[in-house]
Amino acid sequence: MAETHSLQDLRQQPAVAAKVFLQRDYTHGTMCQFQTKFPSELETRIDKQQFEETVRTLNNLYTEAEKLGSQSLIEGCLACLTAYTVFLCMETHYEKVLKKIAKFIQEQNDKIYAPRGLLLTDPIERGLRVYEAGSQTFQLVTTKSRVPETLYLD
Amino acid sequence: MKNCEYQQIDPQREEPRRPRRKWEVFPGKNRFYCDGRIIVARQGGVLPLTLGLILVTCGLFFVFDCPFLVKHLTSCIPFIGGGLFVFVVITLLQTSFTDPGILPRATPDEAAEIEKQIDTTGNSSYRPPPRTKEVVINQQVVKLKYCFTCKMFRPPRTSHCSLCDNCVERFDHHCPWVGNCVGKRNYRFFYTFIVSLSFLTAFIFGCVTTHLSLRAQGGKGLVFALQESPVELVICFFSVWSILGLSGFHTYLVASNLTTNEDIKGSWSGKGGEDVTNPYSHKNIFINCCAVLCGPMPPSLIDRRGFLPSDESVQTASVDIELPTQATKSEINVVGGSSQLAFGLQESPSPIPAPLNSHQTRSSA
Repeated sequence: MAETHSLQDLRQQPAVAAKVFLQRDYTHGTMCQFQTKFPSELETRIDKQQFEETVRTLNNLYTEAEKLGSQSLIEGCLACLTAYTVFLCMETHYEKVLKKIAKFIQEQNDKIYAPRGLLLTDPIERGLRVYEAGSQTFQLVTTKSRVPETLYLD
Repeated sequence: MKNCEYQQIDPQREEPRRPRRKWEVFPGKNRFYCDGRIIVARQGGVLPLTLGLILVTCGLFFVFDCPFLVKHLTSCIPFIGGGLFVFVVITLLQTSFTDPGILPRATPDEAAEIEKQIDTTGNSSYRPPPRTKEVVINQQVVKLKYCFTCKMFRPPRTSHCSLCDNCVERFDHHCPWVGNCVGKRNYRFFYTFIVSLSFLTAFIFGCVTTHLSLRAQGGKGLVFALQESPVELVICFFSVWSILGLSGFHTYLVASNLTTNEDIKGSWSGKGGEDVTNPYSHKNIFINCCAVLCGPMPPSLIDRRGFLPSDESVQTASVDIELPTQATKSEINVVGGSSQLAFGLQESPSPIPAPLNSHQTRSSA
């Protein structure tokens, strides 16, 4: 049973995964914006300019989602006239931009962050409270293509 | 072939688990219907009473007043009444059944991070340090309070509702008449509800009064006419003033981009001689109204119908990996992805952890 004992030990070891949280920036009100301050924990992992560029693009996307433009006004007025029942059938402007944001984060993870052993979590999964960058090496080996064949040899 | 030593697996775990949705494990005091599509506060409040009053009053109106008024005045009366009635009921149900802007509670990692930040800045005395954080919003200093239930610093304008046990964004108030909190996401439904309700009650009140006056002129006297429709008159008379007053109050709040909570607390009224202004106001009544009522509709942050991550299945999968027989090979293939999680927790460059290798060689001997 020595092997199972060591496997149990592995499970009891604390996860090495480290997480860095980027908090919201409220200087311009309750609009969803994240602080662009570069966390010191990531200094050795990623270029500062790159990270700040990612956060800036993200902030711009959220500004676009929450913008009080003509599209959102027309949407709002139409919704009001129909007793807001259009929200049941139609995808709102905000939801469309959220999909864009999810795609953007996926791209950034694939191109820039995953090769460096980092993973960005979409802020919507954390209630738009924080922007999480995690060092989660195990994420790199969970894909089926990376499962080594020797695992299953008899 | 040498027999492997097998560890007993709990037979209950072998049953395929039905994937659970997040609403089933929601920590707040809410109730969910239609598989998470509808959310209400645990205490229904007097929503049935509200609905009942509206239905009874409108029912009496259509039955007793409409026929008379259609004959003596105009046939538009029931259509206007019907339209207003439908509008009122729809907005009421939307106010009651929509997520008001509940903030999901902080994950354990987030909470630990915040605790760490508070502890490093505080002292090591027995008394816990005050849990407030100051931010500057549009040149105005705003204090953010730490929520002990949700384990996070509340964003600006967020308040914790003790009845629902949730932090709600742009918290206005908890309305027992609709049986839900009124917050960022359903304030526009609430406002439309009370405005349309004031139109409806004023309209019915006007119709009933017209009906009574026409009947009184008919010769039988006012007292006889009153006996025919006392209920509607009473309900309308008392509700029209309160609803009109409430609508007026909320119109003022919308125009100045305030919440009931802030107005009651006097957050921006300049008490104490300080020069405080509302940092969220756009300084223009029209823009404030547009922002509050016609602004973009924010999404629900609690993802009620999302599925729970399969953390539980990870633990069972790591037990399964100890039985690498040929018969269970396909099973391991299926859970291969998640089972790696148990071994990848160490920073080894090779994906095959050493203990598993030795286990394999032992079983293949």
